[in-house]
Amino acid sequence: MRQPHYALVVNPVVCDGSGVCAELLPEYVRLDPWGYPIFQAGEIAPHLVEHARRAVRSCPRLALTLVKLDTSVARQ
Amino acid sequence: MTATSLRISSGSGDPQRSTRTPPVGAERLLLGLPQSGEPVGLIQHLDQWGTLPLWRKSSFIDELDGSGLRGHGGGWFPVGVKWRSVRRAALRRPVVVANGAEGEPASAKDRLLVRQLPHLVLDGAVLAASSVGATEVIVYVPSSSVAGMKRAAEERLRRGLDPCGIDVVAAPDRFLAGQESAVVNTINGQPSARPSFVTLRTVRERGVNGRPTLVQNVESLAHVSLIARFGADWFRRVGTERSPGTALLTVTGRWPEPRIVEVPLGVRLGDILGLGPDATRSIAGVLLGGYGGGWVATDEAMAQPLTEEAARDVGSSIGAGVVALLPHDVCPLLEVSRVARYLEGEGAGQCGPCVNGLGVLADALELLATQPGRLRNGISAIPKLCGLVEGRGACRHPDGVARFVRTALRVFENHTSLHLQRGPCHSTAPPFLPLPPARRRSTR
Repeated sequence: MRQPHYALVVNPVVCDGSGVCAELLPEYVRLDPWGYPIFQAGEIAPHLVEHARRAVRSCPRLALTLVKLDTSVARQ
Repeated sequence: MTATSLRISSGSGDPQRSTRTPPVGAERLLLGLPQSGEPVGLIQHLDQWGTLPLWRKSSFIDELDGSGLRGHGGGWFPVGVKWRSVRRAALRRPVVVANGAEGEPASAKDRLLVRQLPHLVLDGAVLAASSVGATEVIVYVPSSSVAGMKRAAEERLRRGLDPCGIDVVAAPDRFLAGQESAVVNTINGQPSARPSFVTLRTVRERGVNGRPTLVQNVESLAHVSLIARFGADWFRRVGTERSPGTALLTVTGRWPEPRIVEVPLGVRLGDILGLGPDATRSIAGVLLGGYGGGWVATDEAMAQPLTEEAARDVGSSIGAGVVALLPHDVCPLLEVSRVARYLEGEGAGQCGPCVNGLGVLADALELLATQPGRLRNGISAIPKLCGLVEGRGACRHPDGVARFVRTALRVFENHTSLHLQRGPCHSTAPPFLPLPPARRRSTR
């Protein structure tokens, strides 16, 4: 049975470029020249998912959402 | 049938087709358009097209599927699929919005429809409402067309023509006014022309007053009203398998004044415009789809069939049907720079990458056009900046700007090299691409 796959989505209207996500999850998030996050393409490596959850909780603007990429597998 | 009976019956049986003769040529929507510029009133409209036939809800959406009609606002999404998704999402009563905002400065066809053929648009909107289970239609048009549209709605109300209410709301005069979520936000009374982040929830689920909302371009609705009368098979008599029917184009640069033409989809652009391969002698490049579309080399543009698929194959889009032929005597880089600066100012000012990136991009393009020697590292910074804004806004505005700029660098590659080697050109020709008068920047 496969593990669910996750990715981060940022609401760019809400994000103000605090950079907390890049601080907590540098393996997946880098910042553009103005401090706004750019995510790696594709899924978050399984061992980083907990860190991603922490980034979602820690975002001062609550701009991040962790989304399941493969719901049919994740439902099991 | 009484005047107030529902347009769509719940019983079975074939719909009554219109008794009028369907148009045979490429002129459909614009057939009988008064040259005076006067609007077609309700009596004249019904005289020309007859009343809307009765349709069952689901069978009309099936007919739309069969017609293959796609959205003419720029997205080219199948209209039947969109209507069905709104019906399915509807735990609450949906709302239908007829979108005539047309923020694109190089497009004028929606303005023509709402000004002169309001009943063709309203027929389609009312049918959409009946089909998705809405009792409210909101017509969203530029402020200059609000009074005319209200008059048209009153004419229908006096006759008890429609089973739903029709409201008219003014669209702000902004590039993003017609963007789907911006339409909904404006109607909901929020600051004008600001899109929402809809990746996680679309307006089809939650739109006007929190209700499921169908936002459909006014040209699409006008086609709907003729499909309801003459059927899917008639609609498919012109056009291609994947892009059937006709489209309204706004053509700039072919004739002394911009012109709106109705053409069958799939015909070669050169044939539409009466131009052959030697068009390259007078035309430097072709802009398809407006300022969110893309540039195409002249010979390629003339030879390709006019469909959204063909345009996407060459990295462009026909968008809302804009065709602009850039003459040789203007500097294309100056034109691109002017438009990029305009598009920067038309951003909603909400998303960091767009707010920051579009300004820097417009600066770089201005240098390329006027002081290319001051561009450090040549032009490589420009595609890099495009990459930094693409896909990073709540709406597709930055993506559209990036496509406009990237395709310009490709089509005007030779001209760009000339700028870098010899400096800017000293063209005295007046600016070509249409832009609205400069707005005083709000401090917001």
